[in-house]
Amino acid sequence: MSDNPPDKSGEAPAGGFGLSTGRLLRLMMPILVGVIALLAWEAFVRIEEVPVYILPGPLRIAQKLVQEWGSLSDSLLVTLRITALALISAVVIGGGLAILFTQSKWIEASFFPYAVILQVTPIVAIAPLILIYVRNTEVALLICAWIVAFFPILSNTTLGLNSVDDNFLDLMRLYRARRFQVLWYLRLPGAMPYFFGGLKIAGGLSLIGAVVAEFTAGTAAGGSGLAYRILESSYRLDIPKVYAALFLLSASGILIFMLFSGLAHLFLHKWHESASRRER
Amino acid sequence: MMAKAPPSPLVRLTKIDKQFASGTLALGGLSLELGENEFVSLLGPSGCGKSTALRLIAGLSTPSRGSIEWRADGADRLSPDGLRGMELGFVFQEPTLMPWRTVFGNVYLPLRLKGMRKAAARPIVMAALDRVGLTGFENAYPRQLSGGMKMRVSIARASVTQPRLMLMDEPFAALDEITRFKLNNDLLDLWAAQRLSLVFVTHSVFESVYLSSRIVVMAARPGRVVADIPIDAPYPRDEAFRTSETYNQYCRIVSAALKQAMGEAVPEADPVRERASVG
Repeated sequence: MSDNPPDKSGEAPAGGFGLSTGRLLRLMMPILVGVIALLAWEAFVRIEEVPVYILPGPLRIAQKLVQEWGSLSDSLLVTLRITALALISAVVIGGGLAILFTQSKWIEASFFPYAVILQVTPIVAIAPLILIYVRNTEVALLICAWIVAFFPILSNTTLGLNSVDDNFLDLMRLYRARRFQVLWYLRLPGAMPYFFGGLKIAGGLSLIGAVVAEFTAGTAAGGSGLAYRILESSYRLDIPKVYAALFLLSASGILIFMLFSGLAHLFLHKWHESASRRER
Repeated sequence: MMAKAPPSPLVRLTKIDKQFASGTLALGGLSLELGENEFVSLLGPSGCGKSTALRLIAGLSTPSRGSIEWRADGADRLSPDGLRGMELGFVFQEPTLMPWRTVFGNVYLPLRLKGMRKAAARPIVMAALDRVGLTGFENAYPRQLSGGMKMRVSIARASVTQPRLMLMDEPFAALDEITRFKLNNDLLDLWAAQRLSLVFVTHSVFESVYLSSRIVVMAARPGRVVADIPIDAPYPRDEAFRTSETYNQYCRIVSAALKQAMGEAVPEADPVRERASVG
């Protein structure tokens, strides 16, 4: 019995990590664009003699980054800590709620609207209240970041857990699978692509949430994250430091996104279309 | 020495009505007995409720009226809750393989759900894969397989629990003819080797005559049995049977019965909608 021999080659990692010309080009082009933009920026600042307190050149910013690395890296760690804690609690609570929702339509119907309300209310508008009610600033910041991060995880995971083919449910019934078996062997693995999609969004959002909350807390609450550095530096017209902090924020956001894209690829590339490339 | 009484059938459906919430009467007064080691095809036009009947036999759906009895494994009589003690295999129209599990993982699933450890299950799974000719593919993922091979995995999964009764819902409908013929032969081998009882839903006269020991022709609106035709050609059957005079004669008989079944049906305006609700 050997009809239609399958693609044995499909077992080799599609594409692999070898850099083909196309891939190299894809990698090089954005870097090239970035370098040209930075050069143009530097040239503009020098030729036009723009004062440093209005627009510093990239070299000046880099210099500042190195000079002030001590205070900036401390702030970076504070912000990243809140981001990570917010994301972890978003995964635990968002994912947990999603599982609870699929166990009972009534629970889902009762609570989902409130999750939506939490999501559509702008975080800047609630942050002052949270900062008043919660004494501990760090906890308050954490709550703010969590509110923005948890919804994409909740809604995506709920969607994934519910997107189960009827035939699979029949199959589980046929073998008299118990409720937790249906969850464990069918719903959870099937929801993984959705969950990772939510995680990618939530990663960036929790960073934004943390920064927004820090801004709202301002200097008064004695915060020490990157947003606080930006505020403080702008009060002092230390614009290069504002840019240096801004650079760190963007870099963190990009790294978080790449981290979760990589994680999703690691978990899904063997079976899911989104993370594997068609062989040609 | 007294002759042993013939064993009671495996499944008996008595005067089954099945009405869907939409009001469609999918089955009306369907009665059917399925015996041991039979290869029964349910043949009929779209909307005749043959898939519905199969789902009722599998316990995936309950009748609106009438009764179904099953003979539990090891029991010698039918009982309304016999299904609970009965090992069943079901093959869907789609392969219905979990894309995140390997071929091994998919075939292992029914045993896993019964609590069997992987080490204990391995030889059983490997034997099931061997029966469908998939040795060596246990670590492949479904997306790496062709349509025919996916269906083989699906058949291996259905047979891994060693069921006596296997139900198949138009399993080869989506396959090309060459693959389909090959799978027909392999299915016959499996049926003989495992001493299975098979219920096979199809809309192909030729496929049903080739495979079956008995063809149940159904008519639509409401779904019911209109002819029950034994195919008295010897097994094993091979490609030579496809071109034989016996085969042609049976095809003519079954075609005529089918034509009559379709003629009886009141032609309604919207067969597509009917199919969607009855399927």
